[in-house]
Amino acid sequence: MGGRYASWGIVNPPKQRAEKLAWSPAELDFDRRQSILPFGNGRSYGDSCLNSNGTLLDTQSLNRFISFDLKTGVLEAEPGVLLNDILQHVVPQGWFLPVTSGTSYVTLGGAIANDIHGKNHHCDGTIGRFVNTLHVLRSNGELLRCSADENQDIFCATIGGLGLTGLITRIAIRLMPLRSTNVDVQLKVFTGLEEFQALSTHYKSEYQYIVAWLDCASGGKNFGRGIFMAANHAKQGELKPGPVTTKLSIPINFPRWVLNQYSIRAFNSLYFHKQKSMVGEQITQHYQGFFYPLDAVGQWNRIYGAQGFYQYQFVVPIQHSKVLENMLRDIVSSGTGSFLAVLKEFGDVPSPGLLSFPRPGLCLGLDFANRGVQTEQLIQRLDRQVQEAGGAAYPAKDRLMSAEAFERYFEQADKFAESIDPAFSSDFWRRVSRQ
Amino acid sequence: MKQDDQQQVPTSVIIGATSALGQAVARQLVGAGHRLVLCARDESKLKVVVDDITIRSGQATVDKGSDASGVAIQSHVSDFDAIEDHDALVDLIAGADNFWFFYGTLPDQPECEANWEASAAAFHTNFTSAASLLTRLANRLEERGHGSLVVVTSVAGDRGRKSNYVYGTAKGALSLFCQGLRNRLASAGVQVLTVKPGFIDTPMTKAIEKTPSVLWASADQVAADIIHAHERGKDIVYSRWFWRYILFIIQHIPERIFKKTSL
Repeated sequence: MGGRYASWGIVNPPKQRAEKLAWSPAELDFDRRQSILPFGNGRSYGDSCLNSNGTLLDTQSLNRFISFDLKTGVLEAEPGVLLNDILQHVVPQGWFLPVTSGTSYVTLGGAIANDIHGKNHHCDGTIGRFVNTLHVLRSNGELLRCSADENQDIFCATIGGLGLTGLITRIAIRLMPLRSTNVDVQLKVFTGLEEFQALSTHYKSEYQYIVAWLDCASGGKNFGRGIFMAANHAKQGELKPGPVTTKLSIPINFPRWVLNQYSIRAFNSLYFHKQKSMVGEQITQHYQGFFYPLDAVGQWNRIYGAQGFYQYQFVVPIQHSKVLENMLRDIVSSGTGSFLAVLKEFGDVPSPGLLSFPRPGLCLGLDFANRGVQTEQLIQRLDRQVQEAGGAAYPAKDRLMSAEAFERYFEQADKFAESIDPAFSSDFWRRVSRQ
Repeated sequence: MKQDDQQQVPTSVIIGATSALGQAVARQLVGAGHRLVLCARDESKLKVVVDDITIRSGQATVDKGSDASGVAIQSHVSDFDAIEDHDALVDLIAGADNFWFFYGTLPDQPECEANWEASAAAFHTNFTSAASLLTRLANRLEERGHGSLVVVTSVAGDRGRKSNYVYGTAKGALSLFCQGLRNRLASAGVQVLTVKPGFIDTPMTKAIEKTPSVLWASADQVAADIIHAHERGKDIVYSRWFWRYILFIIQHIPERIFKKTSL
């Protein structure tokens, strides 16, 4: 049993203490021999939310709204509030998250700490761009109000800062006006990355949301096939939020034999043909199904069994799309390819975050069942190619990134390191900072 | 739940609104359209909760700090330990329909054994002060002939155990008090619901190891159980439901065996 303080991919967490915070603390009271790390909802996939032999500051109960301005859509809240909870209350009032991840079960604090992006990255950038102010409590007792004009260094380090700059105690973000909870979606079939790029180029100026599902299990004539989706919020309609909780949940870790190259290939084929049947016409659906399809299944990480799984998400510059194709061949031939590989073209809207992951290029995210050394070697092979292509991998999903890779991926890593709080650390940080 | 006028929005008073359960119930009630009165002893924490619930009520604070935001959500700061203030508090809140009691402390058992004052303080907060408020409210409700009292006690009150018997005594006494009150108020049409939660993962229980994890419920789950039982007009509810069976077994272990266990 992993318990609450696991990550989404590591279901058997290391030994660590947890301190449940009930109210925004006036100071951080902790054992100074141990490092501390804020913990949200444990939806990071790798080890950036884990702190072996240290203490986690559980922010789950810091989940209160502080203020909400109906006219401007500026919402201020504590860090533990879930995106789903925000949507429940702002959607009926005609507001929506300016950027959202593929699950609504992440905390707002976690969203900022990972500078999340969404299907609208090509036009809106990351969530860090919509932050007005952050309050950050440092281990020396200072409570810093941070914004683009105030304590700017901590502000930029905290956005995407993986919880290492202190405890975020409050966040003010600008929401986006919403006129309907429906989205109008266009679906297209493509074969190969070139076709994907052509579609992306064609649709990106007129559609706020673009994403593609890529079949990572099929080779031969089906190699590189996928479904391209472009969507916009409907212009008018109801303002009815999605469900508060999931009805269906995976009760136990699946046994290892359930997932193999045949079942994954079968799933990919089925999914492809199901989506393909809807290609051609514009479909209108609720935002819940479009943005958060996996939220319908609670604890879906258990299908990967007690060994957990690896998620790997990376971006490579457009001119290196051949590298991406080679990587895809490697993944397909490895036979460990994932259920839902997500392909997206990032735009060039810059984020204030020093460690922000998105940058212009093609981004692919996939998961691999944990098959031990075999899986690690595959990811390390992929990682080398990403480095050579001048791309980057996403810390929120990582548990293997080396210190060298980290320095290559994040040019401002040194500047970031100056702003971290010396009492804060994580398993991820100890690895990439060689501690 | 009896209502003079079914069209009317019920008003619920949350006594102990800054507790994890109090907050969870307040959120769910405000979502269901109740009018709320939030009471707690700590003014700054209460303000945090009032702001949160106000936003959740759909009455966003466009102009923070103005009194306009306090229309749907009223609040009172009160030290429930101060029994001499109870009449004044009851005068403020007695017009409401439903009263939900969530305040309490989880005393340190070894400390209570070493120091009687700690036990006495735990009895005062968890039993005496609650019984005082319940007495005063019960008289009003009985006279009026409708309303409900929802009181959170604990499974710890179902049998004395060495690990937790001071807290258990106070909560057990409160359960017994509510049982009598229910019997007394039944003919007046007033519901008295005794809530017996098991383990809840809240800041109050942060010192306790959360194993086995299946026994631990979230405050949201327990809040939903309480509201459901209240709507159904129940008398006693265990939350989660399986505690009823666990306690049934625990209560039926013969004393000469039980006294040697270390539960």
